Amino acid sequence: MTRFAIPIAIFIALVVLLGVGLKLDPREVPSPLIGKPAPHFELPRLHESDKTFSERDMLGKVWVLNVWASWCVSCREEHPVLLDLAKSGVPIYGLNYKDKREDGLAWLKGMGDPYRISIFDFDGRVGIDYGVYGVPETYVIDKGGVIRYKRIGPLTPAFVKETLLPLVKELDRA
Amino acid sequence: MIPELGQLALALALCLALAQCLLGIAGAARGEGVWMAATRPVARGQFAFVAIAFACLTTSFVSNDFTVAYVASNSNSALPLHYRIAGVWGGHEGSMLLWVLMLSVWTFAVTLFSRHLPLEMAARVLGVMGGVSAGFLLFILFTSNPFLRLFPAPPDGRDLNPLLQDPGMVAHPPMLYMGYVGFSIAFSFAVAALLSGRLDAAWARWSRPWTTAAWCFLTVGIALGSGWAYYELGWGGWWFWDPVENASFMPWLTGTALIHSLAVTEKRGAFRSWTVLLAIVAFALSLLGTFLVRSGVLTSVHAFATDPTRGIFILALLAIVIGGSLLLYVWRAPKIGLGGGFETLSRESMLLMNNVIFAAAAGSVLLGTLYPLALDASGLGKISVGPPYFDTVFVPLMAPALFLMGVGPLARWKKASLPDLASRLRWAAAAAVLAALALPFAMGRWGAMVALGLLLAAWVAASGVAQLYEKVRNASSGASAWTRLQSVSRATYGMLLAHFGVAVFVVGVTLVKGYESEKDVRMEPGDTVEVGGYTFRFDGVRDVTGPNYVAGRGRIAVTRNGSLVTTLYPEKRIYRVQNQPMTEAAIDTGFTRDLYVSLGDAVSDTAWVVRVHHKPFVDWIWGGCLLMALGGGLAASDRRYRLAARRPQEQAYAAAAAR
Amino acid sequence: MPRAAALLLAALAAAPVVAREAAPAAADPVLEKRVMALAEELRCLVCQNQTLAESNAPLAEDLRNQLRERMREGKSDKEVVDFLVDRYGDFVLYRPPLKATTVLLWFGPLFLLAAGFAVLLRRVRRRRKLADAEVDDADRRRAAELLAGGEPR
Repeated sequence: MTRFAIPIAIFIALVVLLGVGLKLDPREVPSPLIGKPAPHFELPRLHESDKTFSERDMLGKVWVLNVWASWCVSCREEHPVLLDLAKSGVPIYGLNYKDKREDGLAWLKGMGDPYRISIFDFDGRVGIDYGVYGVPETYVIDKGGVIRYKRIGPLTPAFVKETLLPLVKELDRA
Repeated sequence: MIPELGQLALALALCLALAQCLLGIAGAARGEGVWMAATRPVARGQFAFVAIAFACLTTSFVSNDFTVAYVASNSNSALPLHYRIAGVWGGHEGSMLLWVLMLSVWTFAVTLFSRHLPLEMAARVLGVMGGVSAGFLLFILFTSNPFLRLFPAPPDGRDLNPLLQDPGMVAHPPMLYMGYVGFSIAFSFAVAALLSGRLDAAWARWSRPWTTAAWCFLTVGIALGSGWAYYELGWGGWWFWDPVENASFMPWLTGTALIHSLAVTEKRGAFRSWTVLLAIVAFALSLLGTFLVRSGVLTSVHAFATDPTRGIFILALLAIVIGGSLLLYVWRAPKIGLGGGFETLSRESMLLMNNVIFAAAAGSVLLGTLYPLALDASGLGKISVGPPYFDTVFVPLMAPALFLMGVGPLARWKKASLPDLASRLRWAAAAAVLAALALPFAMGRWGAMVALGLLLAAWVAASGVAQLYEKVRNASSGASAWTRLQSVSRATYGMLLAHFGVAVFVVGVTLVKGYESEKDVRMEPGDTVEVGGYTFRFDGVRDVTGPNYVAGRGRIAVTRNGSLVTTLYPEKRIYRVQNQPMTEAAIDTGFTRDLYVSLGDAVSDTAWVVRVHHKPFVDWIWGGCLLMALGGGLAASDRRYRLAARRPQEQAYAAAAAR
Repeated sequence: MPRAAALLLAALAAAPVVAREAAPAAADPVLEKRVMALAEELRCLVCQNQTLAESNAPLAEDLRNQLRERMREGKSDKEVVDFLVDRYGDFVLYRPPLKATTVLLWFGPLFLLAAGFAVLLRRVRRRRKLADAEVDDADRRRAAELLAGGEPR
């Protein structure tokens, strides 16, 4: 007679699944690049358009790559957090994604510039290589040039304190 | 004043629903005749108050009362009247109220048409429905109150989403909810049967018309949704296997299995515990659908704005209602016992094969819909499951069902003979094979998938003819053909019509998929393009203004062999309030084809990108669904369910049962 | 005279333009068909309820351009899909790949059907056996006696 208990057993499993599902975000796309080398790029800088910057320039250092744009509303939210993060000494580099140069420069001038260098990705090709699908996104890259973490959405003080800074410290020690 | 009245009405409805539940269930358990008799008027009172609440919300919409937050976010003073009314169910809170209204309408219907049931059964059914109503009313009052005020009131509302400003919005949700909610009656009958411990053929006969009626509404609701997506979204697609579409399709598949299973239980008293389980599962899937749309667990174009609290509440409701009834099932089902036996080859076994197929289909859709969630929850990565998966998996599952549709109705109860069936169906089989081989050429070219689809559709249609022929031939000999046709029961006609509707549906799907053509062209005024034998001439775009939008309206003249067939006016609209652009396709509907034109972007001052489709037989898809629903309606109104014919017998039976 | 000239100009302007067969919207229709066929099986990451073919999101445009470029370069469908999967993961595929984690998904329906039929068959057979067994020998003897016209005991 245990066959009568099969439906409720399946149902309980379903409810547990749905309960767990309430905590997840179905829209978030995890990156397949975690643990892989950061894709190569050589892009002109935002401020000095005659100079370029490449991820190879950062080998041997732990750094943070933040994807931003002047047309992005959520980027305004996270900007103060970035400025604080920069002040604390973490090297942050910006990827200005599908933006106009003048708009990007004006935005940084008005809001403050947390980036050591900002690079200019006009057509978003490098963004695609990095799996960018919604701005802002932030990557943590280690000394060997491997992507170790990707944050989708704006940075929050809590996230920086609990996840980002400890990770950067740990990678620094390695 | 009015919104507060509405809120009060809801609170009163909640009290009455709780009373209804208590009186019904406790009354039946204790044999208290007075309590049981009281459930009917209490249920009617609940309906009255829910209706009042709904009327209050509708009044707030119609009178543009923007002090009500829900009205302010879903309406606008420039919105035409019928969309102001449809806007009532345009957002989460109002659509939940619509849900509860439908539930109370069904409850009211049960109070009207349950006189022939034993009092105990009727009381239990109403009691269970009262419990479900109470759960939803609690949900509305605590998490989704549509009557909340907004101070200071905005000068005007945010407008109804332009995608919803469409006749489809007026018809689709009410029909769909009538179907979804209607399965709560089958569920209530099942739970009532489990509670009473008595589950017999009479029970099946009582619950069958209600289940069939709910199925009809759900069929129409889904078809309306599909048709609406077809002409609204501008892509010519009509089914996307979106999670919310699947959420409505799963109860439909289970409901189809249920109406066939009830046939076995009614005729032969067999497989009763399975039928009860199906009834519980069908309603469980309805509730699951509600959860999926409103909890944010899955992304869907249909999803309402979500809130974790709401998700938790609905999940709790689902857990209590379904968990409770499944526990009851574990406890009571073993006592139900077996019904009549039958051979491995018999009408019973074929109907149950139908059940296996439809249950497997519903299970597969559930699997595909929830699999990404399951993987994500177990940390195994994130995938997407979309139309390529469902199309691959679903069609092979349905093919055997279509085959059975031809054989089942002719098989004898208890024991059928294969050679006998084969000989009775040989002409139908021949007709089907002929259709599969020859018809594709009539459309232009032969294709294997098209042939398969036509084979199955022709098989269903031809075997339906064979079934009717046999019924008429076996009717009272000597009588005229007309008398014989009249002697065939409505239930049989209903079955034949519904099955024929399926054949029509399959023809539509097969021919559209096999032979549709489209062209995506850049047109200057005067340019022509030829698609499907029709010539489309672009005559430019001019600006027009609607009640709450501005648009560029194109003019396309369609000719065939030189003579004008029709003129089409596709539009590209911008709705002023939300500044949202929308494409309105222009469609010329025909019995054998649709001509579908939509505007792309303007590529210069005068030139536009225009997309032209020729879709052969696409309307047979929804025509087939309509026939299915009509067939179901015929079957549900069969003489044996109608009160007048039954009353003397039922009363005697009820009296005997009460002893 | 100027009025007549104006009328004539108006008449000329209103005269139908010579009908011309419209050019396809895409520069290379054959390639475009291939691009769109593939894009129909891919998911837009921004408007996640639409295929890459339907979506109007800027990223969708960019990705369709990437598809076009790569196909023009001669890459196969599989190579183009791999390009996207490398960057966005399996999420971008509407047809889930067959992997260890998706075996249950792809074979589930068939398994459900087969299991269902197996259970049905077993149930029907057992039911028949039970129904037959319910009539035991004592009952048969009684039935024989009654049929022979004997007294019921």
